[in-house]
Order: sequence, then structure tokens, then C-alpha cells
Amino acid sequence: MLSQLWPALRINIFLTILLGVAYPLAVTGISQVLFPHQANGSLITQNGQVIGSELIGQNFTKPGYFQPRPSAAGNDGYDPTASGGPNFGPTNQKLIDRVKASVDKFHKENPDYHGPIPADLLTASGSGLDPEISPASAQAQTPRVAKAREISADQIGQLVAQYTKAPDLGLIGEPRVNVLKLNLALDQQFPKK
Amino acid sequence: MTSTGILQILLFFALVLVCVKPLGAFMANVFDGRRTFLHPVLRWLEVLTYKVAGVREDVEQRWTQYTASLLAFSIFGFLLVYLLQRAQAYLPFNPQNFGTPNVTPDLAFNTAASFLTNTNWQAYSGESTLSYFVQMAALTVQNFVSAAAGLAVAIAVIRGFARHEVRTLGNFWVDMTRSTLYVLLPISFLGALFLCSQGVIQNLKPNTTATTLEGAKQTITQGPVASEEAIKELGTNGGGFFNANSAHPFENPSPITNLFEMWLLLVIPAALTYTFGKMVGDTRQGWAIFAAFTVMFLAGVFVCYGFEQAGNPTLAKLGIQSAATTTQAGGNMEGKEVRFGVVNSALFTTVTTDTSTGAVNNTHDSLLPIAGLVPMLNMMTDIVIFGGVGAGMYGILIYCIIAVFIAGLMVGRTPEYLGKKLEQKEVKMAMLAIIVTSACILVFSALSTQAVFAAKGYWNAPGAAIANMGNSGPHGLSEIIYAYTSATGNNGSAFGGISVNTPWYNLTIGLAMLVGRFLFLIPILAAAGSLAAKKKVPVTSGTFPTHGPLFVGLLVGTVVIIAVLTYFPAVSLGPIVEHYLMHSGRLFSLISWPLGS
Repeated sequence: MLSQLWPALRINIFLTILLGVAYPLAVTGISQVLFPHQANGSLITQNGQVIGSELIGQNFTKPGYFQPRPSAAGNDGYDPTASGGPNFGPTNQKLIDRVKASVDKFHKENPDYHGPIPADLLTASGSGLDPEISPASAQAQTPRVAKAREISADQIGQLVAQYTKAPDLGLIGEPRVNVLKLNLALDQQFPKK
Repeated sequence: MTSTGILQILLFFALVLVCVKPLGAFMANVFDGRRTFLHPVLRWLEVLTYKVAGVREDVEQRWTQYTASLLAFSIFGFLLVYLLQRAQAYLPFNPQNFGTPNVTPDLAFNTAASFLTNTNWQAYSGESTLSYFVQMAALTVQNFVSAAAGLAVAIAVIRGFARHEVRTLGNFWVDMTRSTLYVLLPISFLGALFLCSQGVIQNLKPNTTATTLEGAKQTITQGPVASEEAIKELGTNGGGFFNANSAHPFENPSPITNLFEMWLLLVIPAALTYTFGKMVGDTRQGWAIFAAFTVMFLAGVFVCYGFEQAGNPTLAKLGIQSAATTTQAGGNMEGKEVRFGVVNSALFTTVTTDTSTGAVNNTHDSLLPIAGLVPMLNMMTDIVIFGGVGAGMYGILIYCIIAVFIAGLMVGRTPEYLGKKLEQKEVKMAMLAIIVTSACILVFSALSTQAVFAAKGYWNAPGAAIANMGNSGPHGLSEIIYAYTSATGNNGSAFGGISVNTPWYNLTIGLAMLVGRFLFLIPILAAAGSLAAKKKVPVTSGTFPTHGPLFVGLLVGTVVIIAVLTYFPAVSLGPIVEHYLMHSGRLFSLISWPLGS
């Protein structure tokens, strides 16, 4: 085995340079040229200021905005430096307590919605950064947002429909609504008076 | 289950299936040393590697030398990963200025063992612990070479069956280099670019600060993610750039990338069955193993998907919609992403634990009890349902030996497999591999349920080892069993509620990973060495055919029975009892430790 140590060391160093430096740098170089927007985080800028990423959810609490899912990332949620889910098991008292509290809060904030609450809206995502909600979750919030912006629910409903993304290639994944993009569009089309 | 859900599962499987033959044949050509379409582009790099390493391409090794090369290679890989982590403060590409205190010695040991053994257990949280340089030069490199080493061993073991009356199994350096350069690197390179085009980030910039629409500050993390992501999936590694792993939108931004990542996970282990068939001179043998894989894979997917789609009965009582509609996925969405929904989460969970990957696109800890049992059982088979790159192939060959041995006992004939008489040595080695890994899982789990340490002490600051559990009751036990099963199986996924970044868990889990890798792999290499030296016995009317449905059934039966016999008592105290308690409405609060104070 001792005779194998010398080649082992040399090949490790060689492969570290090839796979650990050359390969990632080559991918970085090419993607920075071909896909600079995606490679740098799909950032959204407004008036020269970065306001977020298309792919990373952010907190919304005001009634005039659509709200995202509960998040366990960081102390206040949606902290990309601490991604992750709450890791509550299905029989954990804390899970049930949290969802119960969310149900009560939802009914209080959305008195005009009477249907069953979509599962995604009250459950925490795995990443804590989920940028999207289901179309049903957006529809459930539509009356509240319309009231806060003093416009008709139909107008908001049309915007939600416009921002609803179908499953990829019509089949793969789920239909979804990007909360940040939808709220941006709200601010642009129906600014609060 | 919905019809579109089932369609998506079948579509995914079809995408893997069509690649089995072309990729499998390509790999057989590469390892047999034949020229392929990639040689004009990459041959010079292969020659250069041998030159730098000082190895001769044409010299073959016996199984002992092959193992020695593998171990020597692994020791330096381990040291490099350990040292690069500890020295990250002095190395380049560290815009967040992560220092040495971020990586304690026990954490660095755990991560080094984890990446070396193709486990990629994450006791660290990438975005707050490791510099870009460590992610690239330590972790990404091991993602490649731990998979390449596994592939090399699988090829050596296949040669043990394919060759006769020779003493050598090939050359580790050559097999490992070819795995890296011709198989892993080209697919990863193209895969990384594709992922990047779909939104996976790839840069060396410091984090970006954004001002949200409501005026808050948000730190958006950056880094060379795509290059690590592609090989993390292709090499069935699974250690993510971020804590949230493939649930993170920067690692897995859309259903398309999710589909592609699952394809990367499964494609090499699936295609290796064809490589195996081709190298032993009878592709039906490879398809028989592929069929056994498929049966066990589909059973796992549909059980997991079915239970997840049914949802959590306790939440349904609170007025939450659990049936799927056209505008929402329903089911158990806790710990899942909207873009993936229930079906693509359950599918990813099954694929990542059938292979030894352990990347996750949802938090397994929040799976419903029986759905969570699926990944656990997948790993308790020693990860031989497709399995890791290479590791799945040599793993299933261990089970083939045992299956044929059992069949031989039933009819009273000396067992034969692929024209080789299986005698005492081979069967002993196969049993050794299985017993060592089962003992490792059960003993360490049992120890962790009992071990008590001084609170705020060095070994385990929370006190007793069970004080680290994030959930109480049977689910807490599941967290511990899952951790050691994942480590020993070299999977790396977790029931993430448990806090494992303490010296007790870092060291025992690290040890379990080393046992699961090397004490599983060395016995099968020994068996292969002895098989290669044997004569080929002619096929007669009394030979048990190992390419038909009877053998497939026997193989599946062997895998399932061994797993169930070994682990039923343990899992019945975890997920099985939890399932019944959940349906009776029972909930568990965390106990605070130490008790009675």
C-alpha cells in the first residue's frame, strides 16, 4: 500500500486543480457570458436598486399585498442565509399549533373567503424561500387585496390569472403564482391611492 | 393520486429507460479501453493524468492492490477536504469571510468522511459555514472522485464475474480516471450549463443585499452553485451548496430542473445494469437486475406518493384542503415547494434514497409516517435499488450471490452465478458486508437512544443524545434511526429536525459512513478477486437461469426479506406506530432535558 501513496497524492492534487478549480471556473465563465441574468441570481431591479430575486420569496404582511407561505428560514422568515424547513413531523404538537394559529389569522384577515384553505398557504416550504403559492392560494387572498386597494375583485382576479404559470410543458410540476412578481404588478397597475 | 401525477412518474422513468442502453454500452466501451466518440476530445487529458500521477495504463492489479490504491487515494482525499476546511480563512474565494471557528475539528472530520464516502451528509449549513473555495476545491472534487471510485470498484467486481482463471481485476487508477473524464465530467459540464440557463446561480460574487417591496433588507446568497449541483446529482452525492439542498430555488428553480436533476440521479446506476450485462457477455443478465430495480423502485414511489397525497388527517380537521384540484396540489405540503407539489416531491424522495444521493427537494422529516418509511427502507436495503454510482451495482451483486445461494440450498446444488461456482468464500464475504452494515445502523441507533452526556459538556451540549431530537415520540426515534441508516448506506439525506452538529453525532455518524463504505466494499472486492481466478463452468440443464422472471422475483424477495427481518423491530417502534397514533389523533410535545430538573 505504501507504494500507492505517491501516485495517490499526485492524482489528488491534479484532480483538485482540474475538477475543483478549472471546471467550476469554466462553468462560471461560460454562464456569465451566456446566461448572466440567471447566473447572478435572477435579480429584479427597480430604479437601479435590487428589490429581490424572481426565485427567492420575501415577506409580505400588508393587506394590499399577496402573502407568501409560512417560512422557517431565519428568525423572521425568508432569510436566504438560513434556508431550510421547520422539520416538524406529522404528529408534532408544534406543527398543529402553528397551523391552527395560521388558520385563525387567515380567517381574521380574509373575512370574505369561506372555502377550504389551500394546503400550501398554511404549510411551511422545505427551503423557507418558496417564491410561489398555488393559484388557489392567490384566489383565496383576492377579496382582501381588492378591498385594501379599493378596486374590484375581478380586476385583481384577472391579474392573478395573468401571472399564473401553468405546469412546465403543460405537464410537469404544479401551476403556481410568483408572489413577488404579482405584487410588483399590483403596485404598477393599481397603485394605492 | 392523480392521473397527471402518475403520468409524470412514468414520463420520468421513460426518460431514464431510453438512456440505459446507449449510456450503458458507452461505459462498457470506456472501461474495456475501446475508443469512443469522446476520445478525440479527452484522450490527451487521460494521458496527462497518468503522466502526472506516475501510473502505467497497461499494468493490472490484483484485488488486494486495487483495494490498496483505493484506500491510499481515499486517505489523501480525506486529508485534503479536512485541511481545506480548517484553513478556509487563508484561502481565496471567501467573500463572506468564513473563518476557522465556523468549522470545528469534529465537523470538519464529519464533512470529510461524508464527502469521501459519497455520503454527503450535511452537518454543516453551506451558506453560513463554507467558503466558495472549499465548496469548489474540496466538496465538488470529492463529488466527482468518490463517485468515480465507486464506479471503478463496480467495474472491478463485474470483471470478477466476467473473467476466468486470471488473478487481476483491472487498474484502479485507470478505472477511476476514465470514470471521471469520460463519464462524469462531460455530463456534469453540460448539465451545469443547462441548470444555469434555467436559473441555478453560478458566480463568485459576495451576497447581494436587496430592499424588499415592504422596505426590509434581504441578503440574497450567491456562489458557484450550478457546477456543484450537476455533479452532486450525477455522482449520487447529495451534499448541497445550501442547507435546504435541492429544495432551495437557487439549486432547483423549476419543475424542469427538478426532472433533470432526478434524471441525473438515476441515469448512471440504471445504465450500469446494461454495462454489467455487456461486460459479462449476456445483456439479459443486466436487464434482469434492471427489472428487479424497477419493481422495488415503483413500489416505493407509489407508496410514498399515495400516503403523501392523502395528507395529514389532523390538519384536514382544521379546515385545510387535502384533495388535489386543478389550482392546488393538496396533500401534505408541509416541507414541500409549491412548484414541485406532492408528486414530484415523493418521486424525488424515492429516487434520492434508492440511489445513494441524499439530495432532498422537500424535508423528509415532515413526510407522513409511512411515506417517511419508504426512504428509510430504501436505505435499509444497503441502497441496492439502483443504488449509488457503482455502489448500487456492487451492492446488488452481493444480493445476487445470496439469492443464488438460497436457490442452491433449496434444490441442493452448488450455487452458480454467471458460470462461476459460488463457494464458501464468496458467500461469507457477501454475508459479512450485509451483517457489518446492519450492525452499524442498529448499534449506533441503540447507543444514541441511551447515551447520556453532561449538559453543556464537550460531547453533546444538549445533554442526553435524545435531547437533540427535533420531534418527540416515535418520530424522534425515526430521526435517530434515519440518521445512522443514511450514514451507513452512504446516502446523506436526513430527518433534519435532529441537531447533529455535536461531537457525539459528528464522530459516530462519520464512523458509520466509513464503515458503510469500506467494510461493505472490501468484502465484495475480495469475493471478486476469488471469482476471477475460477474456471467457467459450462451451462447445463441443471443450471439455474439468472435472467428470467423467477430470478428477478428471487432477488427482490432476498433484498426485501433481509431488510424486513433485520429492521422490522426498529421501524415498528418508529414510523409504523406513529402512523397508527397519527390516525388516532395523538400529538407529541417536546420533552425538556434533563428530566426532573
